[in-house]
Amino acid sequence: MTDLLAIGTRKGLWLARSDDDRRTWTLGEPHLLAQEVAAVSIDTRGPTPRVLAGIQYGHWGPTVMWSDDLGASWQETDTGAIRFPEDTGAALARVWQLRPDGADRRGVVWAGCEPHSLWRSTDGGCSFDLVRGLWDHPHRPTWQPGGGGGAVHTVLPDPASDRVTVAMSTGGVYVSEDGGGAWAPRNSGISAVFLPEPAPEYGQCVHKVAVDAAGPDRMYAQNHFGVFRSDDAGRSWTSIAAGLPADFGFPVVASPSTPGTAWVVPLVADMQRVPPGGRLRVHRTRDAGETWAELGAGLPDRFWAAVMRDGFCADEGVPTGLYVGTRDGCVYASADEGDTFTLVADHLPDVLVVRAARI
Amino acid sequence: MAVQVVLPGVLADLAGGAKHLEVEPGGGTLADLLDTLAAVHPALGRRIRDESGAVRRFINVYVDGDDVRFAGGLDTPVPDGAVVQVLPSVAGG
Repeated sequence: MTDLLAIGTRKGLWLARSDDDRRTWTLGEPHLLAQEVAAVSIDTRGPTPRVLAGIQYGHWGPTVMWSDDLGASWQETDTGAIRFPEDTGAALARVWQLRPDGADRRGVVWAGCEPHSLWRSTDGGCSFDLVRGLWDHPHRPTWQPGGGGGAVHTVLPDPASDRVTVAMSTGGVYVSEDGGGAWAPRNSGISAVFLPEPAPEYGQCVHKVAVDAAGPDRMYAQNHFGVFRSDDAGRSWTSIAAGLPADFGFPVVASPSTPGTAWVVPLVADMQRVPPGGRLRVHRTRDAGETWAELGAGLPDRFWAAVMRDGFCADEGVPTGLYVGTRDGCVYASADEGDTFTLVADHLPDVLVVRAARI
Repeated sequence: MAVQVVLPGVLADLAGGAKHLEVEPGGGTLADLLDTLAAVHPALGRRIRDESGAVRRFINVYVDGDDVRFAGGLDTPVPDGAVVQVLPSVAGG
């Protein structure tokens, strides 16, 4: 049994392996060296694990590549896996998210991209179709780019229903209950400090959303200021930021197995994107955001970088394993839900995304 | 007479390893030439242009030594015998 950790960075992809239930890790050689890898997924639904990477070929544009042999070789679709239809007049700028659907929907992979768009593949990520329902939404022309660009950066398909939840900066949370045909904003209760009050129906800068293990109706959102929980599939959100040292940040991660357990990595503020006190700390709730505990064993002090929205993930092990990749090129792993962390990698380019799977 | 397309090494791999390609221009403009090139080498084609047809931001194309951005862009005439060079611009880090 092997645990695989994929680390996408500004200049390539690294794979790390653990063969001792995540106690120690071996970091491999770089893949796709010098290419920006902003999105990664490990699809374990097929006979062999498929590593999907959303890359930016520097001068040569973005695309999706995949490997069915853990990086020994990489393939891409000649004409490009993601291509905006001619009538849109748009061109792919960056792949922000690659998300395999549930086990019963083998071959279905979702992609969130810049410009704001959602894509669906039925062939394991070799080719994608634009989800027209979201692209044609009347709100789309008014979604504004966040600091990193205007993108659908979070895609959460519910494996047990036709619900698909997306989050974007800016735009906020949108949900489809019919597999992507019709979409409605669900941001009630989420603040938008960069807009006049009251907070609008949509337009929030939601940095990340995670679904709780209790079920698809309970979600957490790390916002551009504010951490929120919804218990009704996003129809309403309430603040759960009390007890955190700061309510700004990018990632939020929920345990796939333990209801009520989630983690965030607070940063001071949008104008000061460093952790409070220059100490990298993960904060964990065990009660769906009612209380938070600071976790720092094995994490550095005198840390003046940040963690990107996809630079933090959980695995599906028990207890839940956590992986924190930083903009100063380090990756820390925890096999005990954050109680302790160990260094897996350092001196990498800035980490944009981490994903883990048992293969 | 064909047009000679000169590629940087990193793109030559997508054209069977050839840095110099002889391409029938297919029409009279750079767009026609790039369409022809992409039909034969689709992965090469989308490294040079995005799906809207625009030459990528950090790609420079020269027709007989002239940067097409300061000429006619994709409508730049490409006469028989021309040399079309594709180069990455100074960018990155």
